[in-house]
Amino acid sequence: MTQPILAVQNLSKMFGGVHAVNNVSLDVQFRETVALIGPNGAGKTTFYNMISGRMKPTSGTIAFQGRDITGMPPHQISRLGISRSFQINNIFTELTARQNVEVALTALHGQAVSMFRLASRNRPIQEEAEQVLARLGLDDLAHQRAGVLSYGDKRLLEIAIVLATRPTLVLLDEPTAGMTPEETRHVTRLVRKLADSGDYTFVVTEHDMSVVFDLADRILVMHRGQRLAEGTPEEIRNNPEVRQAYLGEEEEEEAQA
Amino acid sequence: MKGSIPLVVMAAVLLALATLPYYVPYFYIFVATEVLIMGLLAGSYNLIFGYTGMLSFGHAAFFGFGAYITAMLLMHFEVPLLWAMIASMAGALVLAAIIGFFCVRLDEVYFAMLTLAFGMMVFAVALQWRSLTNGSDGISGFPLPEFGLGIDLTLADPMVYYYMVLVIVVLASAVLYLITRSPFGLMLKAISENPERVAFCGVNERRHRLIAFIIAGTFAGLSGALFAPFNRVANPDMVHWTQSAEPVLMTILGGAGYFMGPYFGAAVFVLLETWITSYTDQWMLFLGIVLALMVLFFRRGLLGTVLDRVMGR
Repeated sequence: MTQPILAVQNLSKMFGGVHAVNNVSLDVQFRETVALIGPNGAGKTTFYNMISGRMKPTSGTIAFQGRDITGMPPHQISRLGISRSFQINNIFTELTARQNVEVALTALHGQAVSMFRLASRNRPIQEEAEQVLARLGLDDLAHQRAGVLSYGDKRLLEIAIVLATRPTLVLLDEPTAGMTPEETRHVTRLVRKLADSGDYTFVVTEHDMSVVFDLADRILVMHRGQRLAEGTPEEIRNNPEVRQAYLGEEEEEEAQA
Repeated sequence: MKGSIPLVVMAAVLLALATLPYYVPYFYIFVATEVLIMGLLAGSYNLIFGYTGMLSFGHAAFFGFGAYITAMLLMHFEVPLLWAMIASMAGALVLAAIIGFFCVRLDEVYFAMLTLAFGMMVFAVALQWRSLTNGSDGISGFPLPEFGLGIDLTLADPMVYYYMVLVIVVLASAVLYLITRSPFGLMLKAISENPERVAFCGVNERRHRLIAFIIAGTFAGLSGALFAPFNRVANPDMVHWTQSAEPVLMTILGGAGYFMGPYFGAAVFVLLETWITSYTDQWMLFLGIVLALMVLFFRRGLLGTVLDRVMGR
């Protein structure tokens, strides 16, 4: 095997005396799509928070493209090519949709401290922002204030900001949470297309199992902060432990519902 | 069409200010000069408050420092006023860099408290270092020199001083305005809403907040440099925390959401103060009532509320 793009080794995070993430390792290969699943409280978001620099691990190491990034601040990790979305919409509601993307592009092109020109006359960045919005089907909404967009469009705009930073590794935290089935299909197709383009490596957390099995090349199952299983979608589907600990719960819930 | 409304309003205001001495009583030239100087102070403050979301309670440190530098240079060296102003800006820049270096490490209420703490330290120095600052009396009795660059201005004439202040405040505000509309300004707005998301876009948001803090402090220093010759004194009141409250109040009064808001707020503040104190000593009571009403019912400020209506926001 070639060197993994992301190599997480023995990562742990303690809150007080509790292990939110307990000794989890994960290697992600370039252009692979890995799904991270597990019931609520399994430690998925904490895992993301450590990779993206939001939290410092208690122990363990994270390497990106062979470089140790453990404990680096978020803006440096972002510059190296890791970008993440958030479970809760995390956009700039007072800015227009296009300006939201422009923020990321301005940073990308090293113009974040540029003071002696007008942002509103910055055609190259505006055009690029429009292209990014068009990829997500948001081009008609470019001049809308982000705060008034529909829930689904806000989630898409979140992904647009992520893509605008031109990442090689994209961490999506429940990209379809709260979406209608129609919107979920749209996002799934979109991620599929991006993954197939060969420019991106994805790590996706997701509750919707059909999305997971549709997208993932490989699945890591977490349970109570620990690695429960890892394998292809087929292997995970047939893993009795997983069925019991996780899928079983879901099925029970569904049976009750 | 609607986008041009603020420009039209701004042009009308500039025209009114340029012709002001021809139609208002002599006394109001002083009031207008103070409005302009305080407007610049509040306008500089809004770069960090309204645009970047940093509630500082220590802005008077830079205003007062600028005032002291100009007063001392005029007193001891009789330098041309232009050079004194540049020295005040440079001094305020350095002070803002030092204070900002520590403050931008913190967020929200802790940031506010630390700016307040630094402001108090600067005040204590101004009050206690008598050999340099002349204690609570401050520095007064300095001559009003030439302007510099061979420009012949009778600065002691209030009308001449008014026009000089008008030109400098307009130029400085134009620079501030362009900064708010630049890519850097867009970053500040994004930071004010969600600093973390900006960091995840690859921006060192702490450094951005520091740069904004330094720019705001530098222009506050210029405002102080204009105020000392106008007031004919630089004293510890100008670095007191109550002085730091003024740009905050002016910004809330006018509205932080528009560039002109703090300037408008400064005008309302100074005018109300002038009128109310001529009738009663209870200025603070009136100010308190007005502010309470603003915060309760007109969060966007006087100008902000009106412009919101006109622009249909």
